[in-house]
Amino acid sequence: MSHRTQASFWKKNQRAMAPWLFLAPGMIMFLIYVIYPICQSVWISFYEWDGLGPKTWIGGQNYVDLLDDDSFYTSLKNNIIWLVLYLLAIPAGLAVALLLNQTVTGIRLYKSLFFFPFVISQVVVGLIFTWFYAPDFGLLPNIIKGLTGSEVAVLADERYATLGIIAAGLWPQTAYCMILYLTGLNNISSEQVEAARMDNASGWSMLWNIIIPQLRPATFIALVVTVIGALRSFDLVSIMTAGGPYGSTRVLSYFMYEQSLSEYGTAMGYGAAIAVVLFAIMLVFISLFIVRMLSQERNS
Amino acid sequence: MKYFKTLSGLALGLALSASTALAGEIVLNSDQTDPAPKKAMEELIADFQKANPGITIKWNNFDHEGYKSAIRNFLTADAPDVAAWYAGNRMAPFVKAGLFEDVSDVWEANGLNDQLKSAAASMTMDGKKWGVPYTYYQWGIYYNKDVYKKAGVTEPKNWAEFVSNCEKFKAMEIDCLTTGSKALWPIAGIFDYINMRTNGYEFHMELTAGKVKWTDPKVKAAFAEWAKIVPYTTANHAAIDWQDAAALIVQGKAANYVMGNFSVATFKQGGMTNDNLGFLVFPEITPGIPRAEEAPTDTFHIPSAAKNKEDARKFLAFVASPDVQTKMNATLGQLPVNNKSTAADDPFIKAGFEELSSAYALAQFFDRDAPADMAKAGMEGFQEFMIKPENIDAILERLQKVADKVYK
Amino acid sequence: MFPKPIGQVRPWLRTAYKCALPIALIVWLLPLIGIAVTSIRPAADLAVGNYFGMPSGFAGVENYTAVFKNSSIGYYMLNSFKVTIPTVIGAVGLSCMTGFALAVYKFKSNLLVFFMFVAGNFVPFQILAIPVRDLTLQLGMYNTTMGLVMFHVAFQTGFCTLFMRNFIKGLPFALIESARVDGVSEFRIFWHIVMPLMRPAIAALSVLIFTFIWNDYFWATIMAQSADVRPVTAGMNELKGQWKVAWELITAASIIAALPPVAMFFLMQKHFIAGLTLGATKG
Repeated sequence: MSHRTQASFWKKNQRAMAPWLFLAPGMIMFLIYVIYPICQSVWISFYEWDGLGPKTWIGGQNYVDLLDDDSFYTSLKNNIIWLVLYLLAIPAGLAVALLLNQTVTGIRLYKSLFFFPFVISQVVVGLIFTWFYAPDFGLLPNIIKGLTGSEVAVLADERYATLGIIAAGLWPQTAYCMILYLTGLNNISSEQVEAARMDNASGWSMLWNIIIPQLRPATFIALVVTVIGALRSFDLVSIMTAGGPYGSTRVLSYFMYEQSLSEYGTAMGYGAAIAVVLFAIMLVFISLFIVRMLSQERNS
Repeated sequence: MKYFKTLSGLALGLALSASTALAGEIVLNSDQTDPAPKKAMEELIADFQKANPGITIKWNNFDHEGYKSAIRNFLTADAPDVAAWYAGNRMAPFVKAGLFEDVSDVWEANGLNDQLKSAAASMTMDGKKWGVPYTYYQWGIYYNKDVYKKAGVTEPKNWAEFVSNCEKFKAMEIDCLTTGSKALWPIAGIFDYINMRTNGYEFHMELTAGKVKWTDPKVKAAFAEWAKIVPYTTANHAAIDWQDAAALIVQGKAANYVMGNFSVATFKQGGMTNDNLGFLVFPEITPGIPRAEEAPTDTFHIPSAAKNKEDARKFLAFVASPDVQTKMNATLGQLPVNNKSTAADDPFIKAGFEELSSAYALAQFFDRDAPADMAKAGMEGFQEFMIKPENIDAILERLQKVADKVYK
Repeated sequence: MFPKPIGQVRPWLRTAYKCALPIALIVWLLPLIGIAVTSIRPAADLAVGNYFGMPSGFAGVENYTAVFKNSSIGYYMLNSFKVTIPTVIGAVGLSCMTGFALAVYKFKSNLLVFFMFVAGNFVPFQILAIPVRDLTLQLGMYNTTMGLVMFHVAFQTGFCTLFMRNFIKGLPFALIESARVDGVSEFRIFWHIVMPLMRPAIAALSVLIFTFIWNDYFWATIMAQSADVRPVTAGMNELKGQWKVAWELITAASIIAALPPVAMFFLMQKHFIAGLTLGATKG
């Protein structure tokens, strides 16, 4: 093999080879740390395993057990509550965006400060709201006490704890949706708006018929990040209640952590089964997203 | 840390090849992040290094909660030479998985079979010793003497008196019993005591070992005793931590607290003194049942995969010795396990020593006697029971369902 | 523009708007203002129940020094930097290449590979947790900064690839074509033609990834357990356990922990928002 033929081989084929050479490092990492572990988790979910000793094949037993586990239903129910209530971030984000979409002095600073909660880690958001809800001295119980005369320990009461955590989550999530809509509003065609104004459209009808349709891309992204965010909820639950009181604020992600990775759990197979269920739920939304992206790709 | 270890491992290898007389480094993993335990550890390490020139200790201090899951990983993957852990059932999974070293020889060579006799049973599995205990502490009822005076009640002699005292406290709007169940574990102490006093030590141990069912009528009888005091217990216990509840005792808003002796420091920080802080052995419920007590024991072990087992054995022998335990426990404010050690001159430590040395048997605590996943489910059940006592049947059935899985 | 510019509405409405803005902002940030004020309160205030009134004095210096003195938060912050900075470099670097490959070349499995990255980026962490932790253990990287970095780089490559690929798609393709006609090699095209144009994308991704990784809690909790590796998010949870009722310290520590991403945001605001809102305008 002469150097010349090698060089010409490369020359001839570099257009075909180059993409794979560029892809290789990133793809290998991603396959090892993301794609392969997904398969492994599915596989582990068919075993009984404490993480130390040998694994025992038990078929679908983990899934059967799951169906007979009250904690699973509690988690699932809470996940649904999260999903539904978290979507409030979208209209709320739009409302804030409409409020701030003006050109008065200092509006840039206002926009940044409204967006601010999103930058803070959920751990800190969780601590802030724990303090906000704290019985005896928390701001909220005091306000409620002032209004109704009775105290509420939000995070210790089965009825309110999940709602309290979701409210904490909505704070940064609304900020996120707001920034998406602000960008969207920035790009709205002013001709259409002016034309509609000529036709005497204003207020709600303008918002509904002209503005919101034009914001569709922003709404779609907001929907995706909000749904994913709702299903991923782990940090706030862990920080604010650790699943309590008596497990009533568990969500699937935290339930999995408790079963397999926490101080009280070593059931790897069972935890993997919970993760697979959560993954299956998310897969529905991921597929929707991919299908939409695919149709975009085809059109462009 | 990793690089450090590789380097030190390399250094150790070199040292060994040069001369075996040159001792090495011990890697020690433990979870003493609270101030007093941390100080005790620092003193222990300094003293050991002074007594054993040439051996240095590399101490990795872990977060208390994180440690319990971390140990499972580092024992298999990246074993230290010494690891802190707990006696009894909590060490069983590691012994069974072959992750702890048999240290019967350390006991033999240092006369520990005699000196550590009281804890020998909880360190023995398959006739071998798997670690050394260095401290334990009592549980019981801590109470505010001023509040007792104000309500005009005296120390209860038995459960019935305790309950009737509660009514008097209630009349004065004082919580008869306080606790904080946000972190769950404090209420496990209440359950342990009520169950041991109602059904006895053997029954309690069989329950935590999965040999009797949670749906057993005797378990329900214990909860029936508990139900008697639920109305007199701090109402928002699920919202507060144990320190918050301790503050209620200090402020005189609550009378009694089922707690471990480590809480004395917190009461005193809040301004209580030996004059108004009282200690009670948990009162008798079923007459004639031999009195068992809670006394969690903390231990050190050598992982099977340790690299420097020789020096690790020296460390275990050191920490088991009478003088070392005397000094360490004085700092910890707890009881030494070694019977040749002296307990600190403190009324609560003295009371604890009396309580424990005259006890029929010692339990380790619910989350150490029961397997971890059972313990978690159990404590959640206790919490739910304290908020909704009427759910007891559903709770016990659920616990049995968990037990069926855990102990199978 | 929608809504109608405030300059064009009746004067009383304009005034009302200008008054409403600061009030809305204060309500919005109320929890945050609360903890900021708490963090400078003397401990005595909290002991006597002065949670909301004016602080009886300024104890900011004492509280913040106490946080650094009584805890390992300094180390935790350092650990966070040790995890975050290499991850940013690694993930952004890898995705420059993957994004380039997927945006510029037409090959059969292009979309398949692209959607693998996109889909992977959305999976729940829990499905990765057990295998990734085992892998990290086997590689001897458990409880090390390196173990966390490796995972974060791999995982963030998913999002970064999505971002970079779409960004490069928007660049003028004619530049690349003409370079090819001139016989410039593919690597030179990447390095000398495309890379310089990618600067804004690199800046945007860097601030975003910095924030994501700094704020990560789940992986920090399960992969880093000793104090010399634990990032500040996991460290905060521990401090909360230690300090319980010492809210003046917890709040001060929270503010310290939140500072780096906040600073990053205010310094690089334009890039940050450009990164987050990618796709919110077109498509």
